[in-house]
Amino acid sequence: MIDIDKWQEIFSTIRKNKLRTFLTGFSVAWGIFMLIVLLGAGKGLENGIHSNFDSDAANSIWISPGQTSISYKGIKPGKYVKFTNKDYERIINENKNLERISSRYNIRGNDQISYKNEYGSFGINTVHPDMEFIENSFPIKGRFINSIDIEKQRKVAVIGDLVEEALCKKGESPIGEYIKIRGVPFKVVGIYSENSNSDEERRRVYIPISTAQMVFSGGNTVNSIALAVSEMTDDESEQFEEKLKASFASNHNFDKEDDRAIYIRNNLDNIKEFRNAFQGIRMFIWIIGVGTIIAGIVGVSNIMLIVVKERTKEIGIRKAIGATPWSVVSSILQESILITSFAGYIGLVLGVALMEIIAMNIPADSMMFKNPDVDISVAISATILLVVSGSIAGYIPARRAAKIKPVIALRDE
Amino acid sequence: MIELKGLHKSYITGNNKLHVLKGLDLTIEQGELVSVMGSSGSGKSTLLNVLGILDSYDEGFYKLNNTLMDNLSEKKAAQYRNNMLGFVFQSFNLISFKNAVENVALPLYYQGVNRKKRNMIALDYLDRMGLKEWADHMPNELSGGQKQRVAIARAMISKPKVILADEPTGALDSKTSLEVMDLFREINSSGITVIIVTHEKDISEQTDRIIHIKDGIIGSEFTSKN
Repeated sequence: MIDIDKWQEIFSTIRKNKLRTFLTGFSVAWGIFMLIVLLGAGKGLENGIHSNFDSDAANSIWISPGQTSISYKGIKPGKYVKFTNKDYERIINENKNLERISSRYNIRGNDQISYKNEYGSFGINTVHPDMEFIENSFPIKGRFINSIDIEKQRKVAVIGDLVEEALCKKGESPIGEYIKIRGVPFKVVGIYSENSNSDEERRRVYIPISTAQMVFSGGNTVNSIALAVSEMTDDESEQFEEKLKASFASNHNFDKEDDRAIYIRNNLDNIKEFRNAFQGIRMFIWIIGVGTIIAGIVGVSNIMLIVVKERTKEIGIRKAIGATPWSVVSSILQESILITSFAGYIGLVLGVALMEIIAMNIPADSMMFKNPDVDISVAISATILLVVSGSIAGYIPARRAAKIKPVIALRDE
Repeated sequence: MIELKGLHKSYITGNNKLHVLKGLDLTIEQGELVSVMGSSGSGKSTLLNVLGILDSYDEGFYKLNNTLMDNLSEKKAAQYRNNMLGFVFQSFNLISFKNAVENVALPLYYQGVNRKKRNMIALDYLDRMGLKEWADHMPNELSGGQKQRVAIARAMISKPKVILADEPTGALDSKTSLEVMDLFREINSSGITVIIVTHEKDISEQTDRIIHIKDGIIGSEFTSKN
C-alpha cells in the first residue's frame, strides 16, 4: 500500500480533476461540519439549561410555611403556619430515607457585613451542616459549619469566594479573622465556592442556625426546611410529599388538602421534566445527524458513480496498456479514501473551530447555552463511516469497470 | 510468433447472435509487417482485439510467442499485454489529463519502473519520434499526427514483440499518414512484428503482406516485396 509512485500517480490524477475532487470533498466536509455543529449546539443547549440546576442538589426538597386557605376544626382560614425546631426534629424522626436535612432561620433587617474597614451586603443564611450538600456549597479553604458549631452555638461563619473577593485585599486570607454581622463578630472558618450561573449563590455567608436564633433573638423559629432524599421514582416522590404534608397538617392543625398552608418545592420533579425534554432533544438531534450522514453518503456515492463512469475510457486505455484490474480498483479506491478522509478532517476542524468561536463569544453567565463541546469520538466515527461508505460506493462501480473488457471500455465515448 | 487455428468468435446482443470470426487460420512470423484489410463488418477489428487479448474467443486456439492465450485471468492478460504487445488506436486514446511524456511513460508505471526513470525513457522515445519539444504538452495541444506519434511511442516503450495498430491513419491526412507508416516500417526493421488493420489500399500496399478478411475467414493473401 505504501507505494510512493502510486501516490504520485493518484495525486497527479487529483490535481488534474479539481472540480470532481472538490465536489466529492465538499459533500463529505459539509456533512461532517453540519454534524458537529448540530451535536455541539445540542450539547451547548443542554449544558446551558443544566447549569441552572447544578447549584442545588438534584434531589432536594424545600418546605416553607404559608397561610391556611381552608377552615379546619373551627379555625378560620388565614392562619399563619409557623415552623420551629420541633418540625426539624420531627422530620428526622419520621423519615428514614433522608440523606440530608437543614433548617433555616431568616434574620430580619439589614444584611450588612463589615470586615476591617470594608463592608457590603450579602445574603446571610443560617443553616445546619447538611446545607453544604443541599446547596452544593463546598469549601475551597477551611471548613463548612459542623455539628459542634450548632451544639455550642459558636459564632463562626463560612463565606462565599465572591464575599472574600469583595472584602479582602489580594493575598490576604480572612480565615481566623472576624467579620461583623449587624455588629456581632463571627469568626471566619471557611470559604466556599459553587459551580453556578448566578453570582448570588457565591455571595452568601453561612452561619450556624442555633447561633443565629440565640444572637438575633429568634427563639426556636425556623423559616424553611431543606431536605435531600435518596433516589426515588415519581410515585415514591409523590407519596413522600403527601406524607410530609400530612405530618405538618396534623401537627399544625390545618387541612391536609390545603395547598397554601405550606409550600413544598421538589427539585426532583423539575429535573425529571428537563431530563425527559433533553432526552427528546438529543434523540431529535441524532435523527437529524444520522440524516445528514446519510445525505453525505448518498452524495459521495453519487459522485463516485459518476467518477467511475467518466473514467471508463481511461480505465480501458490503462487496461490495454497493461493495468491489472486490481491496480485500477485500488487506485480509484485510494483516491476516494484520500479525498474523503482529508475532506472529513477539514469538516471536523472547521466544525470544532466554529464551536470554539461560539463558546468564546457567549457570555459566561448565559442561562441557555454553555460549553458546546462535541464528542470527538462521535465525529471521528462519522468521518470514518463516510470514508468507508464512499469507498464501498466507489468500489462497486470500479470493480465493474475493471472487469469489463478493454474493447468495450475503449469504445465508450 | 502468432498462430491462430480454427478461431471462432460471436457476439451476443440480446437475442441476436452475431457470428463474426468463423474458423480463422493465420500464422504470422516474427518480424513481419502485416496489414489486415476487409470491408466493415468483416471481422478485422475483432481479430485485432483477439490478437491483443483485449477480447476473448469462443473456439479454436491462439498462441502468442508459443503460449496459449486461453482462459487467461485478467491479471495474466494484463501482464501479457504489458510485456508482449503495443497498441496504436485510430482515436489515439491518450489520457487527456496527462502530458505527452506521462502518457508515453504509463506502460512502465505498470511494470513498476520509478517515475524519474520512466519519464527519462519516455523522453528518449519522444525524441525518436521528433517530439522532444512537445513533451510537456497536453494531448489537446497536439495535432493528430503528433498525438499518433505519442501513441506509437507509448506502444514502443515497453519493448513489445508485436505492435497492433487499429486504423492508425484513419484520423490523419495523407501526408501525416505516410509519415506514420514510415515510422511503422522503421519499427518493423528493428525486428518487431507490426500488424496494421486498415481499409485504405495505399496504406496496406506499404506492408510486406496483406491479409484480406471476408466473412470471418481469410479471403486472400498477397505478399509483396517492395
